[in-house]
Amino acid sequence: MKLTLTINGKLRSIEIAPNVMLLDVLRAAGYKGVKKGCGEGSCGACAVLIDGRPRNSCLTFAAQCEGSEVLTVEGLGTPENPHPLQDAFVRHGATQCGYCNPGSLIAAKSLLDHTPAPTWEDVKEALDGNLCRCTGYVKRIEAVLDAASLGKK
Amino acid sequence: MAKPEKSRTKPTARPARTSALAKGKKPAPAASRKPAPAKAPAKKAAPRPVAAKPAAAKRPVAKNLAATKAPATKPLAKKSVARPAVPARPAPAPKPATPTARPASPVKKVAPKAAPKVAPKAAPKAAPAAKAPALKVVEKVVEKVVERVVEKVVERVREPSPIPQHPLTYERPAKFEVVNHSRHKLDGLALVTGAPKFTADVDLPGLLHIKVLGSPHAHAKILDIDPSEAIKIPGVVAVYTWKDVPRIARTTAGQGYPEPSPYDTFLLDSKVRFVGDRVAIVAAETPEAAAEACRRIRVNYHVLEPVLDPAQARRPGAPIIHDEPDCRAPLPIFFDPKHNHCAHVDTKVGDVEKGFREADVVRERTYYPHYAQHCPIEPHVCVSYLDENDRLVLRTSTQVPFHARRITAQTLGIPLRKIRVIKPRIGGGFGTKQEVLLEDVCALVTLRTRRPAKWELTRAEEFISARTRHPMIVTIKAGVKKDGTMTALSMKITSNTGAYGSHALTVVSNCGSKVLPLYKIGHIEFVGDTVYTNLPVAGAYRGYGATQAAYAVECMVDELAEAIGMDPITFRQKNHIREGETSPIFKALGEGREGVSMVIKSCGLAQCIEKGMQEIGWAAKRGRGRLAAGPVKRGVGMCCLMQGSSIPEIDMGSVFIKMNEDGSFNMLLGATDLGTGSDTILAQIAAETLGCQHDDMLVYSSDTDFTPFDVGAYASSTTYLSGGAVINAAKQVRAQILAVAASMMNEPVENLVIENRIVYGKGRKNKLTFSQICNFALYEFHQFQIGAIGSHVTHASPPPFSAHFAEVEVDTETGQVKVLKYVAGVDCGTAINPQLADGQTQGGLLNGISFALTEEYHFDDKGRMLNPNFKHYKIFGTADLPEIKTFLVPTYEPTGPYGAKSVSEICINGPMPAIANAIYDAVGVRLTKPPFTAEKVLAALKEAGKRGR
Ligand code: FES
Ligand code: FES
Repeated sequence: MKLTLTINGKLRSIEIAPNVMLLDVLRAAGYKGVKKGCGEGSCGACAVLIDGRPRNSCLTFAAQCEGSEVLTVEGLGTPENPHPLQDAFVRHGATQCGYCNPGSLIAAKSLLDHTPAPTWEDVKEALDGNLCRCTGYVKRIEAVLDAASLGKK
Repeated sequence: MAKPEKSRTKPTARPARTSALAKGKKPAPAASRKPAPAKAPAKKAAPRPVAAKPAAAKRPVAKNLAATKAPATKPLAKKSVARPAVPARPAPAPKPATPTARPASPVKKVAPKAAPKVAPKAAPKAAPAAKAPALKVVEKVVEKVVERVVEKVVERVREPSPIPQHPLTYERPAKFEVVNHSRHKLDGLALVTGAPKFTADVDLPGLLHIKVLGSPHAHAKILDIDPSEAIKIPGVVAVYTWKDVPRIARTTAGQGYPEPSPYDTFLLDSKVRFVGDRVAIVAAETPEAAAEACRRIRVNYHVLEPVLDPAQARRPGAPIIHDEPDCRAPLPIFFDPKHNHCAHVDTKVGDVEKGFREADVVRERTYYPHYAQHCPIEPHVCVSYLDENDRLVLRTSTQVPFHARRITAQTLGIPLRKIRVIKPRIGGGFGTKQEVLLEDVCALVTLRTRRPAKWELTRAEEFISARTRHPMIVTIKAGVKKDGTMTALSMKITSNTGAYGSHALTVVSNCGSKVLPLYKIGHIEFVGDTVYTNLPVAGAYRGYGATQAAYAVECMVDELAEAIGMDPITFRQKNHIREGETSPIFKALGEGREGVSMVIKSCGLAQCIEKGMQEIGWAAKRGRGRLAAGPVKRGVGMCCLMQGSSIPEIDMGSVFIKMNEDGSFNMLLGATDLGTGSDTILAQIAAETLGCQHDDMLVYSSDTDFTPFDVGAYASSTTYLSGGAVINAAKQVRAQILAVAASMMNEPVENLVIENRIVYGKGRKNKLTFSQICNFALYEFHQFQIGAIGSHVTHASPPPFSAHFAEVEVDTETGQVKVLKYVAGVDCGTAINPQLADGQTQGGLLNGISFALTEEYHFDDKGRMLNPNFKHYKIFGTADLPEIKTFLVPTYEPTGPYGAKSVSEICINGPMPAIANAIYDAVGVRLTKPPFTAEKVLAALKEAGKRGR
């Protein structure tokens, strides 16, 4: 079947099988920033924004996304022009192996979209679904708070 | 089935290495050095062809595929078949010394043209070919070679190194320019913008998907296996069973060669030894077809009684897990598989019985550190393909690319030169990717089908069939005098390695070597025994034995302090090792051999303790929280830790640096950045030495074709070991730059200084940029490539030190333990990059907290893991995060590059004992069976009659 959706602002039309997951469709379409850590909805590495809401793409049928707007980490910023969150992640050392970053950045972006001035506890809550085994989370939370405070200025 | 071994790749004649080899603790009892030529059972019948495609179906009987054995029958990539039977027996390692010869001296003259032949034409020549018919001869030769190596090992010949050794201490510069600054990770922006840098991020046309059928039984013989139904499934390209693959015993442990782990693992076998063990390999056009094929393979098992209790594994009459005649230890070390006894190590200092008699108080307790998985967020994944030269490329998520190449060649019996291993960005490893778990299967599929292939573990497979932390039974007995003098300590450990002996010996040795030197103890006895069980396979995991033993020792230290009425911190301050002191344990326990004696040259433990005490509020809180009214009690606890930095005189790292016209440098690292940031800190070390910025270094790591050798990322070695290699190479390059500049300026080298990519002459009259110098060297006069290779072997393993403090809350009605605050101070020498060092500390300790409180394997009575997913195997997320405070205590380790020691492993060891000690402070029960879940704490409270209020 044909799936038409907007990915990172670009209208795409993709041929898919009816039962495939969005994660696999996105990766096959070249959005390799979307990572698979478990394939069962419990690590958050595959998180993307679907119509502004964070979703684990490994549990989302691609077919459900007809007409949706999807944002992946690639749509957040580029190395030349990174999103303030991406920049803050690097400055704060919130990226070690980096495998969890695409998902946690998406979750953080969603948080800041809705709560521009979050507290430490807000960030802990919002990013809880995005497991990281490398950093111990402290630097990640600091990065999100820093990006938020820069956003206010 | 082939006789084992005949085709093992065998880098012989490496004098330095062999001489450094084992003096086994115990001579192997009739140890299986020489593999009994396994009489192949049931191998005459032609197994059915297993490939679905017509072409493949024509494939003749799957005889043993070792390229050596049956070149004609098995198209394991035509090229390899045509190759000589003896896989690459490299000539002595090419002398890495070539560029060292480059003098920095000739001031007027630019260095002679011939000198800087930087990249030695490395490809070692293969031994003269032996054709398949001459197999017997080949076997003999190989056996002889093996024997010779072993003999040398036994003699432990110490020959002087043929390569120039560079200084073993590093002066502290007056001021650090690049090192000791928190520079951003070189790959940071690429990672956070989702650049396709990981193993699975490549698209290959015609990619096959691999799925491996795992055993449903913990212990069984495969009586019959029939893939005929599986092959018929549309999209299935090949199915391989044990009948179709070479049988070559080896280990999956990526360690120095020959490994101190037994050769007890096969590509596929007719016996399965744990639930999830490999039964058959399927390659298909889609993952779904591969999965379906796995379900259709008919296997007739003869189920055997499993060994599920490590304490019972060695009892007489226990089922023998490794009854195959061809398993053996490649080093002359203890190995007794007939009694499920995989490894043994023991050592004694003084006379413990005497020590116990001298003590005023003796305490004994047994601790049971548990199974755990590393849980890298990227599971193991490997992609394989044939390149345009028909060589096999393995793009793989590994910590040990060079070991992966060697072990893959060994497993398939193909020449090492046929394989290139590329390590792209890695999504975390923590030790589980120090194992060669996927590469052999991917290689097999690609060589046989000539198509690219990918194998990616599912999260469940990651839990079940990747690697785990060795669970242990640690019995510790210690004696102390009333004044706090520790008179004696005995530690006896049974370590459970599961079905295969990966890291079986070295992890248990580390229980002693990375823990016992921390305190001054009069008499010490240490006995470690590793047993086989039919449970998941253990392997390397951050902490590597020190985690398990530190838990027992640090809890015992608290218990001793309490017994003599001394504050546990005062007690530790009295007893811990300090600068200028040594421990007999350093020499007594090495990795599969004797260790290296060492005097502590840097120790910031006292400051770690001092500052941490303040931070946690020790004086005000200790002993107070349990007095609080109500069911919820608070407590504080602490522990001290040490680890090592590299495996001295065993492991080697090397690096190649060359200069470009714009003043940048390519730095080709054998060292393996698996997310730790080692590319960045090694660039900082190079930049500091060369006089430039860290982003002037274009770092590439690692690739067995393009980067020089490095053992890989393990044993807390990269900064300390590979950093030494970087300084070695960078110093040579710096000397070359100065020599060229001197000739360009017509000034003596002594006059010149380098400051931020500019070379200044005397009085700053002359100045040249790096770019000008490189252009001159490349294009103008006496041209040559400025560049050098540097290698490094360490001769000490200086411990980093750390003190950890936990404040907990225990609900005595529910048993719930909550960590309120966690403080850790670390002395890692000079932190090359303080932010990254701090990140290592925080990441390690949070993993440790999670391990202590929630992470747990649940098994049924058949040895099946019941919770192989993140829903039921709980690792900490952000919501669980306690308040964390970490700090670095700078010291200067003279044997480390710019004063650095290691930092990556030590902090995972602290939480279990610190939290256990805090729980004791809160509620007065000693927990010996982690994780400290509500159920266990409640049970312990009930038993002690301390439940509720
Ligand atoms: S891969 Fe989707 S939540 Fe883990
Ligand atoms: S940085 Fe490695 S998992 Fe988060």
